[in-house]
Amino acid sequence: MSQQVSIRDMFFEETEELLEALTEGLAQMHAGAHDDETVNAVFRAVHSIKGGAGAFKLTALVAFAHRFETVLDEVRSHRLDPDADLMRILQRSADHLTVLVDDARSGEDTHGAQTPEFLSALDACLGGPAEPELEDLDGSFGFSAITLDLGDIAPAETPSGQPFTIIFWPHKGLYANGHDPALLIAALADLGEVWAEIDLTKLPDLDGFDPAKPCLGWTIHLTTTESETEIQSVFEFVEGLCDLHITAQHPVISSDPAPEVLVFDIAPEVLVIEPSVAAPVAESADRSIAEARRADAAQADGGLSEKNVPKPTLRVDLDRVDRLINAVGELIINQSMIAQRVSELRLATDADVVTHVEDYRLLARDIQEAVMAIRAQPVKPLFQRMSRIVREAADATGKTARLVTQGEGSEVDKTVVERLADPLTHMIRNAVDHGLETAEARIAAGKDPCGTIHLSAAHRSGAVIITIRDDGAGLNRRKILEIARKKNLVSGDAELTDPEIDALLFLPGFSTASTISNLSGRGVGLDVVRNAVVALGGRVSISSTPGQGTEFTISLPLTLAVLDGMVVSVAGQVMVIPITAILETIRPGNEELHVVGTTDRLLSVRGKFIPLVDVAEGLGFARPPNHPEPQTMLLVETETQGHCALIVDRVFDQRQVVIKGLDTNYGAVPGVSAATVLGDGQIALILDPDALANNRVLAPADARSTTKQTEGKLLATV
Amino acid sequence: MQPFDSNSATEVEFVTFFTGGQSFSIDIRQVREIRRWSAVTPLPHAPAEVLGVMNLRGSVIPIFDLAVRFGLPPTADNVRNVVVIAAYESQTVGLLVEAVSEILSVSPDRIQETPDLRSDNSRQSIIGVIPVEDGMTRVIDLGAVIQTGKRTLQ
Repeated sequence: MSQQVSIRDMFFEETEELLEALTEGLAQMHAGAHDDETVNAVFRAVHSIKGGAGAFKLTALVAFAHRFETVLDEVRSHRLDPDADLMRILQRSADHLTVLVDDARSGEDTHGAQTPEFLSALDACLGGPAEPELEDLDGSFGFSAITLDLGDIAPAETPSGQPFTIIFWPHKGLYANGHDPALLIAALADLGEVWAEIDLTKLPDLDGFDPAKPCLGWTIHLTTTESETEIQSVFEFVEGLCDLHITAQHPVISSDPAPEVLVFDIAPEVLVIEPSVAAPVAESADRSIAEARRADAAQADGGLSEKNVPKPTLRVDLDRVDRLINAVGELIINQSMIAQRVSELRLATDADVVTHVEDYRLLARDIQEAVMAIRAQPVKPLFQRMSRIVREAADATGKTARLVTQGEGSEVDKTVVERLADPLTHMIRNAVDHGLETAEARIAAGKDPCGTIHLSAAHRSGAVIITIRDDGAGLNRRKILEIARKKNLVSGDAELTDPEIDALLFLPGFSTASTISNLSGRGVGLDVVRNAVVALGGRVSISSTPGQGTEFTISLPLTLAVLDGMVVSVAGQVMVIPITAILETIRPGNEELHVVGTTDRLLSVRGKFIPLVDVAEGLGFARPPNHPEPQTMLLVETETQGHCALIVDRVFDQRQVVIKGLDTNYGAVPGVSAATVLGDGQIALILDPDALANNRVLAPADARSTTKQTEGKLLATV
Repeated sequence: MQPFDSNSATEVEFVTFFTGGQSFSIDIRQVREIRRWSAVTPLPHAPAEVLGVMNLRGSVIPIFDLAVRFGLPPTADNVRNVVVIAAYESQTVGLLVEAVSEILSVSPDRIQETPDLRSDNSRQSIIGVIPVEDGMTRVIDLGAVIQTGKRTLQ
């Protein structure tokens, strides 16, 4: 049973890849690439999904994929022209297929009701309802592709040049010498039109099967303007290693090259195993046969191009990767500790140990980067999904929109990619729903009636920057302010700058849509997006130009294992505050500090009053005696408390730190999110500004009174 | 409660150490290593016996002052202090002690059940006592030490 489940999981994983290939292929076709290779790739993706789904009796999926495939087959055989209308239907069908796969995976039926609509759209393309033939439900994936695609390679147009028939039977020696029939056939393809047919008649039964004995032959029909000598030169290096017959034909190609035209003049000694054959030779021959078969299958399957052969990949348990990442983190720390010790020795810069330590540093960084790259994944699949969201959103709002993506190859941590899907979907929908104007309004403004959403990803100084830009009307700041006032999010007479007004969009419960649409505006707004991004250690910002559009910028860490932090000292302890939370560093003068009541203090920043949070106090640490009152503050942005100013003793520098959980060996600590190891081997706590700010509000003042100093050690009891 | 099988003939080994002038011991199978004392990073809102966390080859492990744990005055700063690194289930912790004295090999029937003690903390964290030449050594229940540390936290 569990085996069944895991095979099923594997099917869905592969289906995901196939759906990606499908979306990509359709996007290429949409962009005008109607070559056979692209269309074939699209067809194959749908075909494989159908085949796999059939094996798991996912009938709804199979039925839809089948009809989809039928239409694609028509396109493939040039009976249907992939014009804009058809492309739209194909893309929408691909979207629906994705939905059906999701349904099949979760076992729910959320969109099944829409299937008939899509089916009739597909039928309309075929010019009438198609027969619901489902005969090749099972086992159709895999081998059938060979027969299907072989026909494609057949010269459909009138061949130019002289036709040749080449009968080619490799001997064992050909494989043993490392030759590959597939490469020879590919070389022939360079000369002209090639139609290769494999002869399986010599394939013995399984009991008579000898892996070391070649049993495959090919009949190759070549139409070329080159001479016969030229063809012979292709086989120059396999001379004597195969039976080769090249015959020039009259310019009529038999449309049915039946096996009986073949000449079976295989030398008998080839088929007999010589007792002297050494095992390694047999083995390598065996391997090369297998490779030849695979190559042959790939060739038959993928036309004559090898461009789309996927890179070999390895599925690895995520835990193993994380363990490796952890170990490498420790290696890096160990390296910096050694480097520090060596530098303390004040040796000459050309001392052996100094150069070795430097080499060690470079090596360790290399390993770290390589290991981090294992978890990194391109954002491409995520971006591809977004084009579907744009289409759906555009359909729902009656607008026309296209998605332009850039930097799809940018790689981010797997978890980041996964957790970014929801916020990105939300923002893309927002961009179409709120960002873009209607077609009429766009024409009136002198714009292209079809709106454009730009989605781009780029790496910038250890972070990945994702921007979502629409070319709509821009933010209506007057309306935003009006709504914010109405909802009591800002006071009635507050004067706000443009960026401040824009930032209001991120407040909880803010929604500008005057009517609640199906798409967005259900009260969950950009605050959810912001929370999701912040949870990933990122930040989101907004900028808008009236009449030209709005741009959202998400800045995310490349990995969740390290964090950009500001290294500070608090009550004599070195601590780290995540840089994403920090807005600015302030050293206020006395006149900017105000006291409310006896304890609460406020800081005025450009006319606004911001609560002060003494970090040492919040953590229950007492300052060492005679310690000067700290005057450095970090202005931070928190989810629940808005802006806060954290009081720290000193700010040292900004650096990347490796995150170490406290939970494994100890447990959660209030106000602290994790720990890290500094270059000197000491542990520094990573503070959680949100919890600190909350603590200020929730923790009673008595937390302070119990703080005591014990024999020089800073100990706090609660 | 019978932590050790009294019928078993095989001897059980304990690491014994001194802290707060008393002798304690811990099942040798729980001990991972013994390290020199190095400065720790204090944790906010931690119970008094949790001195802080230290870096053990990249892992963050909490350090408990056993003396404070048993209601004795805190262990004084001393370069000779050592940290006993012990593992309990999936957790790794460090115990600050004044000195490690010896490895004690005793047959299980020599371990006596803890007599009724007044201090809750002590009773909960000691599973037995072993008589030795110059008195006795207290066998620590590591799980209880760690757990109490956590409970106080809340």
